[in-house]
Amino acid sequence: MAQVHLPQQLERLTGGDRVLELAVPDYRSLIAALEERYPGIRGAIEKDFAVVIDGDIINDPLLEPIPPEAEIHFLHRIGGG
Amino acid sequence: MKQHVSSTVNGEQMEFLCEPDETLLEALRDRLNLTGTKEGCGTGDCGACSVLLDGTLVCSCLVFAPEIEGRELTTVEGIASPEALHPVQRKLLEHAALQCGICTPGVVVAAKALLDANPNPSEEETRYWLAGNLCRCTGYDKIIRAVLDAAAEMRGAAP
Amino acid sequence: MSEAVDFRYIGTRPVRPDGLDKVTGRANFGADFTLPGMLHGRFLRSPHAHARILNIDLEAALAVPGVKAIVTGKDFPEVEPGDIQGGEGAGDYHDLAVNVMARDKVLYHGHAVAAVAATSVRAAEQAIRAIKVEYEVLPAVLDIDSAMAANAPLLHEQLYTEGLPEKPARPSNVAQVMESTRGDIEAGFAEADVIIERTYITPTVHQGYIEPHACVARWGQDEQSLIWCATQGSFDVRSMTARVLGLNVSRLKVIPSEIGGGFGGKTTIYLEPVAIMLSRRSGRPVKLVMTREEVFRASGPASASKIKLKIGARKDGSLTAMYAWLGYEAGAFKGSPMVPGVMCVFAPYDVPAFKAEGYDVLVNKPKVAAYRAPGAPQALFATESAMDELARELGMDPIELRLKNAVRDGSQAAYGPKFNSIGLEACLEAARAHPNYQRPLEPGQGRGVAVGFWFNVGMQSSAEIHVNEDGTATVIEGNPDIGGSRASMALMAAEELCIPYENVRVVVADTESAGFTNVTGGSRVTFATGMAVIEAARDIISQLKQRAAALWNVDEDMVDWVDGKVVPKPGINVEAEPMSLADMAAESAKTGGPLLGRASLNARGAGPAFSVNLCDVAVDPETGKVDVLSFTAIQDAGKAIHPSYVEGQMQGGAVQGIGWALNEEYVYNGDGVMENAGFLDYRIPVASDLPMIDTQILEVPNPGHPYGVRGVGETPIVAPLAAVANAVSAATGLRMTELPLSPPRIVAALEAAKG
Repeated sequence: MAQVHLPQQLERLTGGDRVLELAVPDYRSLIAALEERYPGIRGAIEKDFAVVIDGDIINDPLLEPIPPEAEIHFLHRIGGG
Repeated sequence: MKQHVSSTVNGEQMEFLCEPDETLLEALRDRLNLTGTKEGCGTGDCGACSVLLDGTLVCSCLVFAPEIEGRELTTVEGIASPEALHPVQRKLLEHAALQCGICTPGVVVAAKALLDANPNPSEEETRYWLAGNLCRCTGYDKIIRAVLDAAAEMRGAAP
Repeated sequence: MSEAVDFRYIGTRPVRPDGLDKVTGRANFGADFTLPGMLHGRFLRSPHAHARILNIDLEAALAVPGVKAIVTGKDFPEVEPGDIQGGEGAGDYHDLAVNVMARDKVLYHGHAVAAVAATSVRAAEQAIRAIKVEYEVLPAVLDIDSAMAANAPLLHEQLYTEGLPEKPARPSNVAQVMESTRGDIEAGFAEADVIIERTYITPTVHQGYIEPHACVARWGQDEQSLIWCATQGSFDVRSMTARVLGLNVSRLKVIPSEIGGGFGGKTTIYLEPVAIMLSRRSGRPVKLVMTREEVFRASGPASASKIKLKIGARKDGSLTAMYAWLGYEAGAFKGSPMVPGVMCVFAPYDVPAFKAEGYDVLVNKPKVAAYRAPGAPQALFATESAMDELARELGMDPIELRLKNAVRDGSQAAYGPKFNSIGLEACLEAARAHPNYQRPLEPGQGRGVAVGFWFNVGMQSSAEIHVNEDGTATVIEGNPDIGGSRASMALMAAEELCIPYENVRVVVADTESAGFTNVTGGSRVTFATGMAVIEAARDIISQLKQRAAALWNVDEDMVDWVDGKVVPKPGINVEAEPMSLADMAAESAKTGGPLLGRASLNARGAGPAFSVNLCDVAVDPETGKVDVLSFTAIQDAGKAIHPSYVEGQMQGGAVQGIGWALNEEYVYNGDGVMENAGFLDYRIPVASDLPMIDTQILEVPNPGHPYGVRGVGETPIVAPLAAVANAVSAATGLRMTELPLSPPRIVAALEAAKG
């Protein structure tokens, strides 16, 4: 099961859930699973967040595979100067 | 009424018409197409428009164009010879002493003026001489080293 | 992915390909371009920090001889809101459009109200003076506290704070709040033996690039338009300008000039849509160039900040809890770098409990733009000042204290994921061992230490490599070269193709000639566009192998690329002479045509970069003047492609940070008018202010890049603010919490301490 750390900034959608375990093969299924649990979270994540899969920050994820024991975080996208 | 100005620019006789209150910087860039001289502030604070007027280092934004009548002007375009760069130019490149390069023409002109006047400047003298040339990219370290290295080479000394 | 290899060219220091142009004046920057029939434009700007525009009378201005067009907010289309993907705080398209040209309200002193195109600058200026505007002056808010006050005048009546559990009942000047927590901070502070609690203030500062914003635009009756401009991102200029004008991006071609500095400030647009609109109205090309005063008043500076920080530690120095309240001024539209500020304020440390809350606060000042590691210098000024004070309270060496709490590989970053292959500990060890850390200090002198950090980004890049018939090569990419990146690209192409550096030319192409590429920013060019160049070169190598296999009549997997030549793999019995790129290029017509490699990617794996700075100062107690005696910048670059330009980033960032710490600030009067809008009074560091800036590059390879590269451009500006302030605090014995540490502020602090 991948350990998915939900963004604290989306607590209004997750009802305060911070971490959950999900068995999903790829990012697309992950986001679908999250949307099913927390309606509206897909749009909120796509608007502001990058995903981090085992330390690898991905700004525009879609098809990335998710290893079975992966640690997943969501980070506000950074632009830099 | 426009004024007629005739002067020697980079060794060549040049003539142009300009407004009486037009700056030398404007005339160089807009009338003579010598755009190597840059405008960073227009108020004499940044040194990007440095030129040599009868060998003296001035900000061309603080000189009226008609003032160069009959005088000799050197801009960054006149520093290198057809065969080779001036040592200051070459050393700036070797030391990677420019990043964006917008201040570089002014630095080249000011450093040449320094070495013409003082072939063996100290680090402190170099820093004070170039204090009128703002650079926002390099922190000046490599510029100062390049100018001191150019001075050493021109004196025939080991760097 | 990182490979331990001996490099041929990587790590050498050749002269940059565009060097000659830049030392001889040949290089063309933003304002150096002219077209036949070109007009010159000037802006009318708001004389008020906040006012409603009641009427604009253009009649007298239109009558000025030589005037060909005048535009105001009424000439621009309404633009729907939408997030801009670009540099930090790029913001919203609607806001961008209104910032470019005010509509019903002006929101800061200097906000564009109208623009004129005329046959000369003088005529345009005369017309500007003849425009009559009627304003209803509104009360302005000029700092975080007054903007957040309950009854504060509102900049935008329809702005409701984002990030709260529910949409608030009333609009406010706080555009966004954000919270980040871990663990129980109450318990953490209860466990602490020592607690440091302070409020830190930083002023509005400007990136201070020496080249003012400039562009030339030409509209065509077929709606195809050209823009020549100085920008950090030509594709961003294209998308932003198209959106502001309601055009399809295929109608716009953006040709980037050389760029005279940006530091984040040229990741957005100010002039381009106005130039296009003036060109459209006049039927002539139009040039717009900002004056220095306009750059200060009307381009995007960096956020002023107010940060309340509390840290707790045990006697042994181990941190127990950290708390931060971070307010960042956004200027007139939402989008300060509050978010990265919240994310990085605790990033260097492994702390069991923390809470950070951030506020993006609107004020009647120009909309801020990105500035080198946006948000991080302010945040880490607070953190690193507090860590210094904590070390003093505990009687610990400041490097020792940091080593005790530093994040390492496997540490859970305060902003989320686990760190992997980071160089903070290595930087701290190098600092402790550095001779500049051992040098004895004299009375009146002080030494400061501080840590810097930046995330770094990847984003999208494209590159093509065209192999010429003699085996030399041309690299085509789309990132304006702001600090020697052509040299880095050429080095990487030379390395992969095993051809001399001098045989590679690098072209920074326009938006119709290069593949899509994100901004020159985020410390991403050498990392991400470099990765595209490496992949494009590897594309060529793979084609060489295919062609050699065909020539030798073997399978492709029987061909190797070794030392710059295609060779049969060991044990493959075939009569074949090894062939270099030049050999293959000479025969390319017979083997499938010209050799062309290409790559496009959305780079990931941009490893974060840490730094440690050491600063020694002397403070004159009579005048309050601070002299920087020595400055040492130590940073993890992953792998330095061209070490001189890496050092240059470290030195330049250090000096910008020194300026932020000691001199630079926007000085506003009570009406919101900046009183020091020029380089004489907004004093950036000059050569005689400074010592040499000592550098030490560490190379902890980034596993996310084929050569181990990590971004280096932004981290250097982060640590100097606290390094300088800590040094001044040590020299004076007084804790300095408000920047800049200008002579009047230091004299006042010394006087106050005397009582």
